[in-house]
Amino acid sequence: MDFMIKASYFIAAGLFIYGLKKMSSPASARDGIVWAGVGMILATLATFFHESIHGLTNYLLIIIAIAIGGYLAWTSGKKVAMTDMPQMVALYNGMGGGAAAAIAAVELIQRSGMNFTEQALAVVGGLIGTIAFSGSLIAYAKLQGIMRKTIRFPMQQLLNASAFIITVILGLVIAFSGTDYGLGILFIFFLLALVFGVMMTVPIGGADMPVVISLFNALTGLAVGFEGYVLDNPAMMIAGTVVGSAGFLLTQLMAKAMNRPISNVLFSNFGDATGKAQDVSGSMKEIEASDVSVMMAFAQKVVIVPGYGMAVAQAQHKIWELVKQLQERNVTVKFAIHPVAGRMPGHMNVLLAEAGVPYDIIYDLDEINEEFATTDVTLVIGANDVVNPAARTDPNSPIFGMPILNADKSKNIIVIKRGKGKGFSGIENHLFFADNTRMLYGDAQAVASELVSTVKEV
Amino acid sequence: MEGIIALYIFMLAAFTGYEVISKVPVILHTPLMSGSNFIHGIVLVGAMVALGHAGSKLEMLFGFIAVILAAGNAAGGYVVTERMLEMFKPSDKKESK
Repeated sequence: MDFMIKASYFIAAGLFIYGLKKMSSPASARDGIVWAGVGMILATLATFFHESIHGLTNYLLIIIAIAIGGYLAWTSGKKVAMTDMPQMVALYNGMGGGAAAAIAAVELIQRSGMNFTEQALAVVGGLIGTIAFSGSLIAYAKLQGIMRKTIRFPMQQLLNASAFIITVILGLVIAFSGTDYGLGILFIFFLLALVFGVMMTVPIGGADMPVVISLFNALTGLAVGFEGYVLDNPAMMIAGTVVGSAGFLLTQLMAKAMNRPISNVLFSNFGDATGKAQDVSGSMKEIEASDVSVMMAFAQKVVIVPGYGMAVAQAQHKIWELVKQLQERNVTVKFAIHPVAGRMPGHMNVLLAEAGVPYDIIYDLDEINEEFATTDVTLVIGANDVVNPAARTDPNSPIFGMPILNADKSKNIIVIKRGKGKGFSGIENHLFFADNTRMLYGDAQAVASELVSTVKEV
Repeated sequence: MEGIIALYIFMLAAFTGYEVISKVPVILHTPLMSGSNFIHGIVLVGAMVALGHAGSKLEMLFGFIAVILAAGNAAGGYVVTERMLEMFKPSDKKESK
């Protein structure tokens, strides 16, 4: 039986890597997750026969717990809207981190024959897992809108650093004291780690959350890998470490897309530029939907820059309808996607795919930026910072240096926006005041429907 | 497990993760983050073992929490990833044209 369990873990680890590999291409991505799922079921079933599991109560508890956790997550995962995907990933990730931390807690309370390395890694995994747990829950709360405020106060970084150092010292004490540590110190250790996870996440703004979630995803992977060593489980070690390193790479890619080093995201406060931002000259000029329709219907090339605001208004289906009408009039239509459009890299692609927009008209920043100069109409829907030319021109702007879509280079720019206020990040957008920009106010979905019907009449 | 063997496993797995992900196109980053999130749901087997050999009430409580959370990670991670990737089917692309 022991051999069978080991064989299942071996196969599961192989299937996880195979599945991840398959996810690297859109055509085979779905097979990838299914294969990884097969690995998971195999490993889970095999574990029921694990020699360390004994006692009827324990078996019953395992089954009940799987039923509760599995049912709740499965049903919530089926229901969640595509726009809310980032916070859902944060939530499930937090659960994984919490699970790794709880395993560490069980092993450390039990103190059963761990050697020094195992005990030390149990502590490290527990620390990382706990931080990922509480941090992910805060990230979830922020993106879900449960917690809107970004809490910052003087000396915050210093306080956070000291909390972290004290937690690490406690961890060292536990790791080095053999079996001589008490429950009290364990309790304080986990409590401090929980508090630190919260404290490091509350000062980070909503726009930076994807990077943070990705980082916590990597941390959870590492925690799982370390607890895998403690439990002598190679499947956990391999899967956890693969996710850990993949997660760090992904975090780097995201931070790079925002042109902000990871340390900057974590430790500096977004939006606190030292100098005074440049004043904007000019005024915002309004336009009617029917005029926009005429402009687009007689244009050669239209580029659409969708932002999260479009997804919130659920306007992507209407926009796709509009695009199809323009295509019938032989207008070339392309979508320009900024790496951080939506709430995670690739999130906007998911939302457009949901509406049925085909791949071949969706372009990345690098592919499309040259083309704005030859574009007649650029339609900006619910996007803001990613088209703000201040990122190129104003060194005092908090977003200075961030790669942006050069929408301002096109002949005409139409911005669909709910109101006149500043956006999500609170930064004034210079594009909105440009001479060739016109503002079309209204709810993105309502405006899109209006455009669809007026284009028909042109 | 022998420490040095574990070190080899950690190293090779780290390189594997890095290499596999580095070839993924940006359009798949969100499903991929979600997919890797599902894969660390393997923590479920560890949680089962932890609860399985828990003795005291306190250990059982934490073991129970571990299994609930891990099952949620695995089940939820699978469902949302599958839902996202479902939409990336190549046939969808042809039909919508």
